[in-house]
Amino acid sequence: MDEIWPRLERLLPRVQKPARYIGCEDGAQAPEPQPEQVGWLLVYPDTYEVGLPNQGLQILYEILNEHPLSWAERGYAPWSDLDQLMRQEGLPFFSVDTHRPASAFDIMAFNLSAELTYTNLLNCIDLAGIPLRTAHRSADTPLVLAGGHCTYNPEPLADFLDAVVLGDGEEVIAEITAVVHDFRSAGRTGGSRVDLHRALAAVPGVYVPSLYDVEWDGPAVRSVTPRYPGVPERVEKRTVADLADWPYPRRQLVPVTEVVHDRLNVEVFRGCTRGCRFCQAGMITRPVRERPVQQVRQMIADGLERTGYDEVALTSLSSADYSGIAEVVSETVRSASSGRPVSVSLPSLRVDAFTVGVAAEIGRARRTGLTFAPEAGTWRMRQVINKLISDEDFDGAVESAYASGWRRMKLYFLTGLPSETDEDTLGIAEMARRAVSIGRRHTKGASVTVSVGGFVPKPFTPFQWFGQNTVAELQRKIGLLRDDLRRAGGVQLKWHDPKATLAEGIVSRGDRRLGAVIEDVWRNGGVFQEWSECFDIDRWTAAMERHGLSIDWYAHRHRTEDEVLPWEHLSAGLHKDFLWQDWRDALDAVGLEDCRWTPCYDCGACTGYGIEHIVASAVPPAGGSQGTGMSRPVAVPVRLVPSGAGA
Amino acid sequence: MTRLRVRYTKLGKIRFIGHRDLARVWERALRRSGLPIASTEGFSPRPKMHFGLALSTGFESLGEYLDVDLIDSTDAPQPSYAEEVLIARFAPLLPAGVAVQAVAVIERGKSLQAAVTACSWVIDLDGVAPTAVGGAVDRFLAADEVILERVRDDQVVEVDVRACVEELELIGACGLPGWESGTSIRLDLGTASPGLKVMELIGLLAPEATAHRVCRTHQWIEGAGSRQEPLAVTTASALAERQAS
Ligand code: SF4
Repeated sequence: MDEIWPRLERLLPRVQKPARYIGCEDGAQAPEPQPEQVGWLLVYPDTYEVGLPNQGLQILYEILNEHPLSWAERGYAPWSDLDQLMRQEGLPFFSVDTHRPASAFDIMAFNLSAELTYTNLLNCIDLAGIPLRTAHRSADTPLVLAGGHCTYNPEPLADFLDAVVLGDGEEVIAEITAVVHDFRSAGRTGGSRVDLHRALAAVPGVYVPSLYDVEWDGPAVRSVTPRYPGVPERVEKRTVADLADWPYPRRQLVPVTEVVHDRLNVEVFRGCTRGCRFCQAGMITRPVRERPVQQVRQMIADGLERTGYDEVALTSLSSADYSGIAEVVSETVRSASSGRPVSVSLPSLRVDAFTVGVAAEIGRARRTGLTFAPEAGTWRMRQVINKLISDEDFDGAVESAYASGWRRMKLYFLTGLPSETDEDTLGIAEMARRAVSIGRRHTKGASVTVSVGGFVPKPFTPFQWFGQNTVAELQRKIGLLRDDLRRAGGVQLKWHDPKATLAEGIVSRGDRRLGAVIEDVWRNGGVFQEWSECFDIDRWTAAMERHGLSIDWYAHRHRTEDEVLPWEHLSAGLHKDFLWQDWRDALDAVGLEDCRWTPCYDCGACTGYGIEHIVASAVPPAGGSQGTGMSRPVAVPVRLVPSGAGA
Repeated sequence: MTRLRVRYTKLGKIRFIGHRDLARVWERALRRSGLPIASTEGFSPRPKMHFGLALSTGFESLGEYLDVDLIDSTDAPQPSYAEEVLIARFAPLLPAGVAVQAVAVIERGKSLQAAVTACSWVIDLDGVAPTAVGGAVDRFLAADEVILERVRDDQVVEVDVRACVEELELIGACGLPGWESGTSIRLDLGTASPGLKVMELIGLLAPEATAHRVCRTHQWIEGAGSRQEPLAVTTASALAERQAS
């Protein structure tokens, strides 16, 4: 143990933010593994500050350390300064818990949350001393696994990953542990890695890319077929049927240095059936599984007590939809007034007056401003994307926000959406101006920040067939908004770099041929591509060219119904014909109500797996019309007066 | 209002967190301690904490100080501020390496930063022979003045820093946990102007050396007739420290 630390500590005085590499979190474990136990190194392939709060990784960390057959530690991508020193000094990738080298583990498992971290994944594998490609690994090389949202199209990483887990990881990790344990106790022999791969492929939810052959039809995929009997033709995702069975993390890690989302996080539900058509997270995590209110309360109380945090975030894809939201929020805020002050944050606010009411009760959010994501500038466009926020909803939310004392507001939009016209784009500016003028009726200094991101179509969404806008087109649209808002007082416009949007787009719907491109970008220094100071689109375009691949083919081309998509041998439960129909509906600007409170559309996510929604409330939440089938808010049953300081 | 003075260590891996990070670690620990900590006003109230002299990120310490203001409640029973009780209470709330060694209720007075007149340090040097350092130490002590060049407002100014160094000696094994007994020096640095930083002193003594470990072992304030520590470590708390490390 600790064999890395004496060497690492000599390098740390020479790097920025050395606290990234020391671990020492409250809740961190120092496993003392037994020889028969399987060791997992859980890696988030971005900086510590970004990766530490990741709840998925923390959940698995605890479950693995509780299980008698496994132990686990964590690792994060070293920033370029330490990376360089590690390579100079021959120091391998290490865990932050006890500073063990990656080679001390049986499995190196990556959390993949964003396409632009793929080059970091390669870098971490390389720093670990593991051969980059699965084909070059021997029987005793640690297995390289991945899980997380991006793994619904792992094809661009097919050459580098031994296995990929689809869906919720809580249950499947123990099954993978068992396979590796059995394999090891049977004694590894040369050439037996393929046997291990085959045993892993037999675990439901586990996809082993090297066991499939891809046939090509020119640039297109003709088929992806298993090479051995017993390897499934289609890998289905795993879904935890009831979140109540998994009250994790029990001991959320409290870092000793600043990280993003530095607060207690309690997941109130998983899955979302609002049906926003651009949203991959919503599509692939169906159905909705709420955590019982009693359990949420307990997790908040225990968590605050144990961590000393003064803020708790209720996390999910749309927390205002949680059946117990008003109860949990007011109780947490109220209990705080008797002891130390606690604030509650809802990272994803729905755009309506009800939500603002809940937010007003929370109070604290006013320091930073409220954030809403209407996503599109006109009602027509919002019907296309199925984000059914009416103009009245929006105005009502803005009105209550400024009336409740907020002075600033952030609005998130996408541009480059299917069928978007210039009128739709300019609708964004229109909404921003309207928000400011509503705000000025309440406060002279009312201001709005508009944040615009370029849309990237994702696998397993109705928009997976859509050709992404080019960089030039996105730049033109941003230019339209800039010109239009030039003289609009109180509105600040920000936008995401369309070139980074392009790189993300190339990878997100890519196939196996992109592995060489990702490797090329990495070899040419392209790490931390999520960070604008490290990103350079030229590395990507040059790599595409070197490998004879067309950017237009991967990113900008509309796909047809009969095309075999590179991820079709994988399944998030969603039927292809459901998605296709939803795509046609989108183009007709037809909205689809939330199936949580209306009849099922048989998308496949429940029906295919014999599970169902777990939602405590049989009726839609008050005050929102988005996808609930309700018309307009009638009454808002929460007070719209901001509560006092911290109470 | 009662003021509590806490003396604590910063040793081992945790030495790599910065001053602001350490303040946040303390803030959470104080919230969890159950002590009636006074808070600042405003939207996001913070415990009223007053830190002593800042310690550079990467340096260790056997004597850091923190003053905390407590609310004196008339209706609630006064909690125990007994040293052993508080040392035991803080132990599970702080990361490894940060261990409370002494606690006492103090008079409100001069801030720690203003009161401390000197600090004792132990430094472990790499990349230099003990004899070379020994020679440099002797020369330094024999000199009437030692000129350091500092850049101030784009101008190089020369300052005599000889008087900042009150004691300086080459020592063998320093006995700190995890330290190699390479070439170590022990010294006292005064805080009075012009001041001298540890790294500046190393630059003067052995520019080719790197300071592998640097530990502040004591802070000193003026006492009656002689210097004394803001809070001395009693035997019982020294025992607690040994257990913590
Ligand atoms: S199977 Fe039916 S109820 Fe379940 S998520 Fe799909 S549409 Fe909704």
